[in-house]
Amino acid sequence: MTTPFPGNLLRRPEAGALIGLIGVTVFFAIVGGIEFLYPSSVGSWLSRSATLGIVAIPVGLLMIAGELDISVGATITAGALITALVSGYYEQPIILGMLAALAFGAIVGLVNGYLVLKTGVPSFIVTLGTLFAVSGILLGATVVLTGTTSIAIKAPEMVKTMFGMYFGAGFQVLILWWIAITAAFYFFMHLSPFGNWIFAMGGDKESARNAGIPTARMTILLFVLSSVCASFVGMSQAILFQSVQATPQLTLIFNTIIAVVVGGVLLTGGFGSVIGIFFGTITFAVVTQGIYYTSFDQTWSNLVIGVLLLGAVLMNNTFRKMALSYAPKKEAKA
Amino acid sequence: MSVPILALRGVNKSFGPIDVLHDITLEVRAGEVLCLLGDNGAGKSTLIRILSGVHQPSSGSIEMDGAAVSFPSPRAAADKGIATVHQFGGTFPLMSIGRCFFVGVEPTKGWGPFRVYDRRKANAIAVKAVRDFGITRIDDGDRLVGGLSGGERQSLAIARAVHFGARVLILDEPTAALGVKQATHVLRIVNEAKRRGLAVVFITHQVMHAMAVGDHFAVLIRGAVAADFRKGEKSREEITDLMAGGASMASLEAEIESHMASHGEAAE
Ligand SMILES: Nc1ncnc2c1ncn2[C@@H]1O[C@H](COP(=O)(O)OP(=O)(O)O)[C@@H](O)[C@H]1O
Ligand SMILES: [Mg+2]
Repeated sequence: MTTPFPGNLLRRPEAGALIGLIGVTVFFAIVGGIEFLYPSSVGSWLSRSATLGIVAIPVGLLMIAGELDISVGATITAGALITALVSGYYEQPIILGMLAALAFGAIVGLVNGYLVLKTGVPSFIVTLGTLFAVSGILLGATVVLTGTTSIAIKAPEMVKTMFGMYFGAGFQVLILWWIAITAAFYFFMHLSPFGNWIFAMGGDKESARNAGIPTARMTILLFVLSSVCASFVGMSQAILFQSVQATPQLTLIFNTIIAVVVGGVLLTGGFGSVIGIFFGTITFAVVTQGIYYTSFDQTWSNLVIGVLLLGAVLMNNTFRKMALSYAPKKEAKA
Repeated sequence: MSVPILALRGVNKSFGPIDVLHDITLEVRAGEVLCLLGDNGAGKSTLIRILSGVHQPSSGSIEMDGAAVSFPSPRAAADKGIATVHQFGGTFPLMSIGRCFFVGVEPTKGWGPFRVYDRRKANAIAVKAVRDFGITRIDDGDRLVGGLSGGERQSLAIARAVHFGARVLILDEPTAALGVKQATHVLRIVNEAKRRGLAVVFITHQVMHAMAVGDHFAVLIRGAVAADFRKGEKSREEITDLMAGGASMASLEAEIESHMASHGEAAE
């Protein structure tokens, strides 16, 4: 069965996100001026998207599976700090610092997943706990080890090129990583059979388990993916900025959730898409960067984001209902 | 008579101090529908949870093909061919028909790490399986399960169980939430499953639905089998009375009617 193009698109989880993205882009191109679409501007909002997007996708997959991870706000700092500590303060080869950062991310993910499974406490609470615990460890350890709360790092040229370079008119190299990671997650979620397991887990965990899906292993895997992605972003921030503060990035938590929800993921799980999160992330970045191009004071951007979030949720609800009630034309006659 | 596929022998079940089932002995045979009747709280759901591995009996035994078995988990029961379909059928309303049908056993194409979910194949098989059960209104495997009618959802779940080789089909009040037309659909599908040689345990408290498909009936009252009879041995009124726990439902109905009638006249 093939359905005409628009009908098919509107039933997809990313429909609302795409419309929202086009909407805000057109809005800022008109209100903020056409400079908003110049390559240098595009570079700035895509670079912002990349940082957020690499974390938002695995967090979104967790949400599709019916879980939440807010510890990423601490894990991202952990990634940056550990890279700086190992390769900056202790002057070890950069590769060691990078591997240590990613390994720490994996450990945080394992702890999150294990605690969620063992305690049965909602993942919001568990990861709220690890968010604070990890921030505490980081700050404490940094002060004890270095005597300060900020560490400098000087990465070799090659590594800087890979993680901290700009190309073209202000395009951060992280954009390429983001696209590659999005493609990998797209394959995992929508092409490989594992995606189906994640949707089923978010739909009804008990039935998914009874259908033979290794729900425990999948849950741990998803928590590890989100923590590793967060520490990956932290690691590349350390390499880019060459200096790291031992403070958790609390706004990142809200920003990922906004990007994911604007991207059409159902907060209670079972519905969503990687492409939707991708669009949701750009939408968020367009709004936060777009405000600079308008005559409004940038302090208004939170208002715009709030309205965007509510609007997106309502629109996504409408589209989801359409997807649910969709039936081929033929049925009307039957 | 043939050996029953599934049998309960003297099964008791209590939750702590609460005795829910007493000395239940029941048999389910291939190509037969066993209707489990009973008022709310009689223990029907508890009984099928024992059959499907959710609960374990406190005492007594379960036999499959004449040999003692135990189902430590729903998975264990499912592996032995016992499929349970719950009241609302599809449990994943936001998944497509094809994805829902193959959840956990997704068909793939390609090789190694690049194996991908074969959506076309999954949709085609799922749609064919439901259509073979006479639900011809389903022809697009991309439709979301939550968009199907209650009867269609039940049918999809039953077709799925049959497709994956279930031998015993347990249906917990599949028609309770349905209108007459939808219920008829489901009853037709129960008959089709029976025709294909499955043993069906059908739970309902609608006597008419039970009589439409049942070969064998068991009435549960306060956790005990109060009556166990075959098709044609009892009338609808007798069954209704039994379910009401002996109180004569038929006479109560008559009383209510006459009361309504006189009340109606008085108002005029
Ligand atoms: N897990 C349980 N713990 C304690 N009592 C239970 C439990 N499950 C069921 N019961 C009790 O067993 C009785 C029968 O319940 P149930 O099997 O659901 O009846 P039915 O499906 O016939 O309406 C009820 O009184 C119920 O309260
Ligand atoms: Mg019940």
